Amino acid sequence: MDWLTSFPQMNDALLRDLKKTIDDGFRAFTRAYGDSIEAFFEPLRWFLVQSERFMTQTPWPIILILVALIAWAASRNWRVVAGAVGTLVLIGYFGMWEDTMRTISMIVVCTVLSIAVGIPLGIWMARSDRVRAFVNPILDVMQTMPSFVYLIPVVMLLGIGKVPGLIAVVIYALPPMIRLTDLGIRLVDRDVIEAADAFGASSWQKLWTVQLPLALPTIMTGVNQTIMMALAMVVIAAMIGVQGLGQPVLKAISNQYFTLGMFNGLAIVGIAVMFDRVSQAYGRRLQRHREVVHG
Amino acid sequence: MAEPPSGGTGIEIRNLYKIFGANGAAYVDAVRAGMTKAELNRRHAHVLGLDDINISMPAGSIQVIMGLSGSGKSTLIRHVNRLIDPTFGQVLVGGQDVVAMSPDELRAFRRHQTAMVFQKFALLPHRTVLDNAVYGLEVQGAPRAEQRERAMRWIERVGLNGYEDRYPNQLSGGMQQRVGLARALTNDAPILLMDEAYSALDPLIRVDMQTVLLDLQKELRKTIVFITHDLDEALRLGDQIAILRDGRVIQQGTSQDIVLRPADDYVATFVREVNRGRVIRVDAVMGPPDASAPAGPQVAPETTLDAAVKQMVSNSVDAMSVVGADGRVIGRLDMPRAIAAMVTPAAGGG
Ligand SMILES: Nc1ncnc2c1ncn2[C@@H]1O[C@H](COP(=O)(O)OP(=O)(O)OP(=O)(O)O)[C@@H](O)[C@H]1O
Ligand SMILES: [Mg+2]
Repeated sequence: MDWLTSFPQMNDALLRDLKKTIDDGFRAFTRAYGDSIEAFFEPLRWFLVQSERFMTQTPWPIILILVALIAWAASRNWRVVAGAVGTLVLIGYFGMWEDTMRTISMIVVCTVLSIAVGIPLGIWMARSDRVRAFVNPILDVMQTMPSFVYLIPVVMLLGIGKVPGLIAVVIYALPPMIRLTDLGIRLVDRDVIEAADAFGASSWQKLWTVQLPLALPTIMTGVNQTIMMALAMVVIAAMIGVQGLGQPVLKAISNQYFTLGMFNGLAIVGIAVMFDRVSQAYGRRLQRHREVVHG
Repeated sequence: MAEPPSGGTGIEIRNLYKIFGANGAAYVDAVRAGMTKAELNRRHAHVLGLDDINISMPAGSIQVIMGLSGSGKSTLIRHVNRLIDPTFGQVLVGGQDVVAMSPDELRAFRRHQTAMVFQKFALLPHRTVLDNAVYGLEVQGAPRAEQRERAMRWIERVGLNGYEDRYPNQLSGGMQQRVGLARALTNDAPILLMDEAYSALDPLIRVDMQTVLLDLQKELRKTIVFITHDLDEALRLGDQIAILRDGRVIQQGTSQDIVLRPADDYVATFVREVNRGRVIRVDAVMGPPDASAPAGPQVAPETTLDAAVKQMVSNSVDAMSVVGADGRVIGRLDMPRAIAAMVTPAAGGG
């Protein structure tokens, strides 16, 4: 009756061999190509370092003014500006300025990268059902695979540091950017597309003058989601060497420093709310033409 | 894009079939053999859009298309600029087969030869009135200053002066429709496709826009395809009228043909409510010249019966000589003839 209570599994030795073969193969791959892959990501590392240097070495009053200007440009709303500046002042007052600057720098780079990769991919998906059928399951895996699992190969390939951290964050934060770009373009009214066709617009002209502008509010929702998901990854990224608000949290976990963990956690929430309000206000401004609806 | 051959950009539609559905081409023969729209839908779940359409629209004329809802008017007009590909048949514009054009040729053709007004407006919601109106020129790559200048002329002409910076959502339905009209007219193409372009306009503006079109025609002689549900509009604008039913042309001809000799009951119901005196022309009902009778006052052949009868009454006569542009007498109109033509025939007559 043994076969009923224990699942008939693969031969132990075979299973061990299988895992070993895959691991060895990957290790060999890492040894062979690790350096060239690292070299490939060098521009990214440079970008990260520059951005972090800018954020941490610029005098704080200038950063505050910059944040206020960006918030104003995006929202045209004094309350949003005051909220953003107030959040940063409070965080700085509680001694977390430098870590916060590092985290913001990371989030900004991650968002820029996600946009640069996600929007073209989303456009491509919107134009071809075949591409969509191929990319969609990959996005499903990216979103549901526990992030610790894909940290393993990333760390094996690139070691511990900023770049592997960034890649892990981007893998996690990229799918909504791609999905919402695709969705936004597919939702554009067929009649309007037909009108563009009737006037002889080329597919580029259609993309630039009709599809992207009309999909922009949806794409902005994607940007917002990407930012929020990147922030959610800050602590996990800290585990592979990304500096910022995540590291004190890790320290707090291992040493049971409740207040330290709490402060840094709240700081993450604070910048999340700040990013969210600013980007949503910008998204709303993009939809001004929808506001006054005539019956 | 090659210059259109001499004779301008007339439109020839030959043996055109459109069957909507996954495998429309397979049923062309069945339709040709007489399968009806309802039967095709029931037996094969395909929709018969157009059934053997043959229409010849001379360059510089206004072709009106009428028919009940779902009779295939929008489907037909979309074949002219190939927004819909035919299942079978030919669409020749200025002698060129639209169906055979490559994507590049088709794009150039749409940019430079056609402009369209849509039944559902289809404005670009994220663009202002002005930016909507310049769209065709923008796609062509015209200089920005020229785009604005030409668009502003038409925005003014359709009565939207002062609204050029509004978004479509801020305008009423009739105003939105006029934006669509301005957008098409700004393109200044030799072919204008107007799918119920006036349906959302109030009666006053509607008449004004009809005048715009007729004025335009006097100067520029475009080839215009105009879909409408309004018979008075059709009669006022149309050099030719075609009446569709279930994707088939039931009758085509001039307004005189349609009103005086409706092909069947379907057409007769269309023309029953029309004010015949204001539509029918003297030359459509006049008799042969009669040298023995008193000459009476003179009347031009294109005069409406309404005007001719008024003239007879005010002159206290009961007959007139119809005189052509060259001064020759070409016919004779007497009162009984005129009155008989003005009275609506009994139902079912034709
Ligand atoms: N894309 C399509 N797929 C399937 N059937 C269609 C499609 N487009 C039109 N039809 C069908 O073709 C027929 C003609 O439609 P069309 O829109 O040309 O009518 P219409 O004469 O313009 O009507 P209306 O006056 O209401 O605008 C209808 O039976 C419609 O259901
Ligand atoms: Mg229609």
